[in-house]
Amino acid sequence: MNIAVCVKQIPDPATPYELDDENHWIIRPEDQVLDDTDRSGVEVALQLAEATEGTVTLYSMSPSGTLQGIRQALAMGADAAVLIDDPALKGADALTTARVLAAAMQQEGFDLVIAGTESTDGYSGIMPQMMSEILDVPCLSFARKVDAGDGSVTIERQTSDGFDVVEAPIPALITVTAGIEPRYPTFKGIMQAKSKPVTTLTSADLGITNTVHQVIRSVEPVAARTAGEIIEDDGEAYLRIIEVLEQAKVV
Amino acid sequence: MDFAFNDEHQALRAMVREFAESRIAPNAEAWDRDHHFPVDVVREMGELGLFGITADERWGGAGADFTNLCIAIEELARVDQSMAITLEAGVSLGINPIHEFGSEELKERWLPDLVAGRALAGFGLTEPGAGSDAAATATRAVLDGDEWVINGAKAFITNSGTDITSLVTITARTGPDEISCIVVPAGTPGFTVEPAYRKMGWRASDTHGLVFEDCRVPATNLVGERGRGFQQFLSTLDDGRIAIGAMAVGVLQCCLEQSVAYAKERESMGKPIGSYQAVAFKCADMEVMTEAARLLVYKAAWLKEQGGPFKQEAAVAKLYASEAAITATREATQVFGGAGFMDETLVSRQYRDAKVLEIGEGTSEVQRLVISRGLGLPVS
Repeated sequence: MNIAVCVKQIPDPATPYELDDENHWIIRPEDQVLDDTDRSGVEVALQLAEATEGTVTLYSMSPSGTLQGIRQALAMGADAAVLIDDPALKGADALTTARVLAAAMQQEGFDLVIAGTESTDGYSGIMPQMMSEILDVPCLSFARKVDAGDGSVTIERQTSDGFDVVEAPIPALITVTAGIEPRYPTFKGIMQAKSKPVTTLTSADLGITNTVHQVIRSVEPVAARTAGEIIEDDGEAYLRIIEVLEQAKVV
Repeated sequence: MDFAFNDEHQALRAMVREFAESRIAPNAEAWDRDHHFPVDVVREMGELGLFGITADERWGGAGADFTNLCIAIEELARVDQSMAITLEAGVSLGINPIHEFGSEELKERWLPDLVAGRALAGFGLTEPGAGSDAAATATRAVLDGDEWVINGAKAFITNSGTDITSLVTITARTGPDEISCIVVPAGTPGFTVEPAYRKMGWRASDTHGLVFEDCRVPATNLVGERGRGFQQFLSTLDDGRIAIGAMAVGVLQCCLEQSVAYAKERESMGKPIGSYQAVAFKCADMEVMTEAARLLVYKAAWLKEQGGPFKQEAAVAKLYASEAAITATREATQVFGGAGFMDETLVSRQYRDAKVLEIGEGTSEVQRLVISRGLGLPVS
């Protein structure tokens, strides 16, 4: 099985993000790390590849930088990476991203696409569904477990009550939750990652010219938390507590 | 001049740090309390390839540079010295004597499991009556037909009694002026592993006394040439000194990070204690010591990789880094005040653990001896 995995290099979440004053985009440092969510996606892909003697190819649309994040995923065991690194794509919206990644996958070929549910820096959470539409394949979302069958895939789809079992023929697209424990790269994996093939493409290579950039009009800091309400217990405090909980719609 | 770590070094550091913080740090206090050697976590370190970093690919290793091993040891020591010494001794003392000097037969028999971290080996040099004075080795091995018959005792041997210990390489007197290294497989009749010591630190590391009573092993278990044992372990120790230095760097880094974080957060007389020079200067001194120790240790590692002589630099690095680590753990404990004296505070464990850094693999006194001789001073 030829498995395509969407991965994203993001600024290290442990350090504060800096925004460009002019267009409010995140200033991306040279050294970006692999998005944690994608590590679960790579893990699922590696397990499926091991079970089916398949291959795992990473797809990423971002400034390459030092490739640190991509090397992390290669060190885990992915076979190759395809990067779309193009200044013209800076600030691309989710739909453009979906079109670009889907075009690259169509060009290289795939049986299955795996993506995280949402990125940790952008959080749009809609890109994988757009890709499945463009690729014209079924989308199985929120997988907490994935099994490859004969010409099909079956997932356990996480729900608020438990899980649904969902099956689809391949080719298909799956989004995975962060609940799947990723493996650590081994030292040999780290050594081998250096020599794995990394292909870099531009949007022109994929025949995509009409890229759309979202415009961020303004960014406001989150309002500082206000002091909470202290409820003195005069014997009837529970009434006020119930009222507060009802207002918050948690009961 | 180039002081940069390469991409591979940085990726390894990130991997070991994450592993250490998620698998070791949350449990280290309990392992220390219970004197528990966590064999499952050691196996996981093996699966990550940490024991095979420098070993030849023929035996399942990665054949990578020694700097990588130092980085892995440093990162483990940053959260727990017991696991760092388990790796350091596993490679420097367990794998290397066989890897560097052993026969093909010994390598094929023992190295694949050791390199994969499925098994551990110890190195038995120190004896109850022979520490720094290794020439006073009293353990004897006498050739009887095609077997060595070993009698004697060894003391303070790391990794010698774990559930996965496969062998101990020991030094033994094989003639009047002759010391040789011999492999003794675990479980050989006449080879007794004494109960684990009760120790001031490194409590999750496995340390035992060993006793040999008419213990017979095949003559082919001789490591390298007969009578070359002294030279072999001296060479083994030169590598080990850099690696112990790397442990000390990890300890220093830990003290620095912990102290700075606490000095920002802990308040006294209405201000963070880091705003007072008494505390701020301790942190500044830790920064200086960490930086200096790191430079000495990685320069010695670099020299070793260049193939040049590095005995002097290894001794300098080990001496400075281990003594700085002890100073830093003492000062970090002081920064934490009463909390620093509590077992749940990481610097408290680092303080107890650090003391042995200036004892193991050559005491500070031995390092000064090596260094002064390296300066051409006369031997007393």
